[in-house]
Order: sequence, then structure tokens, then C-alpha cells
Amino acid sequence: MRDAWIVVAVVGAITLVFKAAGPVFLGRRQLPAGVQSVVDLIAPVMLIALVVTQTLGGDKEIAVDARVPGVAVAAVAIWKGAPIVAAMAIAAVVTALVRLVA
Amino acid sequence: MRRSNVRSVKADASTTPRLRDGVRAAVPLAPGPFLFGLSFGILAESAGLGAAAAVVMSATTFAGAAQFAAVSVLDSGGTVAAAIMAAVFLNARYVAISLTVASIFPGGRIRRLAESQLIVDESWALSGRSGRFEWPILAGAGLLLYVLWVGSTTLGTVVGDVLGDPNALGLDAAFAALFLALAVPYLRERKAVQAAVLAAAITFVLIPIAPAGVPIVAAATACLLGLKR
Repeated sequence: MRDAWIVVAVVGAITLVFKAAGPVFLGRRQLPAGVQSVVDLIAPVMLIALVVTQTLGGDKEIAVDARVPGVAVAAVAIWKGAPIVAAMAIAAVVTALVRLVA
Repeated sequence: MRRSNVRSVKADASTTPRLRDGVRAAVPLAPGPFLFGLSFGILAESAGLGAAAAVVMSATTFAGAAQFAAVSVLDSGGTVAAAIMAAVFLNARYVAISLTVASIFPGGRIRRLAESQLIVDESWALSGRSGRFEWPILAGAGLLLYVLWVGSTTLGTVVGDVLGDPNALGLDAAFAALFLALAVPYLRERKAVQAAVLAAAITFVLIPIAPAGVPIVAAATACLLGLKR
């Protein structure tokens, strides 16, 4: 519980500074080109890493379980242009059904 | 919304959008943030974050992906440091985003500090639709999204309490799908695809050997591909 509040406080404070960076602290300055190109990659990199841990992460092992078919079907739906909420629902339903049967 | 509520828009009303135009612009997006907030509340509750911490996080961080990332790391047994780093890395993009809209915020430092917190991916994207960034659109859209986000998180913590084990419902897979769907728009450029593949490989290799949370933080090094020409 205390851990949770530390995370909430620190992430909240740092995010506040990030969002205020332009309007309050730095003005219209531009990031150096190298920094900008690294920053541009942060979102895809972190999100894909989260997909891997959230799909295959076990107790210090790679766990292939009911999540895999769920995420796979959702990936096809995303590729076909399904909205995010629909993709989430598809992943949840397929995974829940596989768990029910298994 | 009544006219008196948009007092802060001083500019010429015939050409400049008003705050309410920003609110209106965000209405079509409303179901998304509402359902994300709801699921964040449910996940946070099941991850043992506690209802109060979940709602405070939505009110202060107000950035969906980072909040999900932090809770996902904590939920999988990761350390406080790993959870913080995952969220902070994800939110670093707001430095770049806020620089693009630095000049549109009116008023003194305190007001700019407060209103800059309404910057989220969606309000920022909407505010630039006309070809130049417009403060009333950003602030109006941000306000609506903020109310939705905090409100639906609160609702989610209540629902989550009733639901029991969310993994039986496949919620763990739903969050994987969420992260994937959020990543896809970034994967149009070749360098982003290469970095994402490298990040996936780093994560995959480290899951069996590193403590929970560490694989995600280590995967962030894949961003350094950005330095390559």
C-alpha cells in the first residue's frame, strides 16, 4: 500500500513537470535533433515491451497460456482496424473462454 | 454550457474557437477515455493499489498508458523503482509534446502550470487540427477528458471491488491488447518498427532471468536506435 502511494506521488510529480516543460519552463525551445529522435521512439518501444510482459510474463518464466490466443485474435482485429475498446473486449472474451474450457 | 462559463476566452469570438468548441471537439472521443478509466480503476483495484491511490493517480498523472504501465509492473511483482521508471519513460514524450504548444498558453506562470496539466495525447492532437495549435481547443478538450478520466476511474474501483478475480474474465489479455492498440499508430516508420522489435526481444530474453519490471525498463534502451542515422 505504501509502495503504491510512492509510485503515485513520484510519477504524478514528474509528469506534472514534463507537461509544464514547454508552457512554463522551457518556452518555445526545441529539443536537440538526437534527443528528439530518441524521444520519438519511447512510446512504441515501451508499449511493445508491455505487450510482451503482459502476454507472456509468468513467475520469472515465459508462460504461454490462455492470454496468447486472446491477444493474437485481438491483434488481427487491430490490424483490421477495430477500435481499441473492441480489441480489448475480444482479447478478454477469447482468453476467458479458453480458461473456462481448459 | 452557458456563456458565463467561457469567460476565460477573451479573443475575438468570430474567428477564434471558444473553450466550449474544445469540449465539443472531444465529445466523439469520450467513450474511449471513459472505458479506459473504468478499466484502469478495475485493474488498480485488483492489483492492490487501492481505490484512493488509483483515483489520485488519475487526477494527478492524467496519462493513461503510463498509469497502466506502472500498475501492470506493480501487479506482476515489480519494484517501486521499476514501476516509476516504466511510467516516467512513457511520459517523457510529454516534454516533446508540451514544447510544441509552449506559446499558446495565456496568463502567468501559475495559470500556465495548472492548464498545462490538461495536455494529453488526445487534447493535443485535437488542438492542432486546424493547422496551428489553439489553446481553447486544447483546454476545452482536456477539461472534458479529465473529468471523464477521473470519474470513470472512480467508478472502476467500485466495479472492480464487485468483480472478484479480473483475470478469470481475461482482463490481463485485454490490457495486452490495449498496449498493442496504443503502439500500432507509432509503427508506421521503419525505425519505430526496428526499435519495437528490439524492445520485444530484450523483454522476452530478460523475463526468465531478471526480476519483474526490469525487462520493461531495460527494453527502453531500444530507443537509442533513434541516434542511428
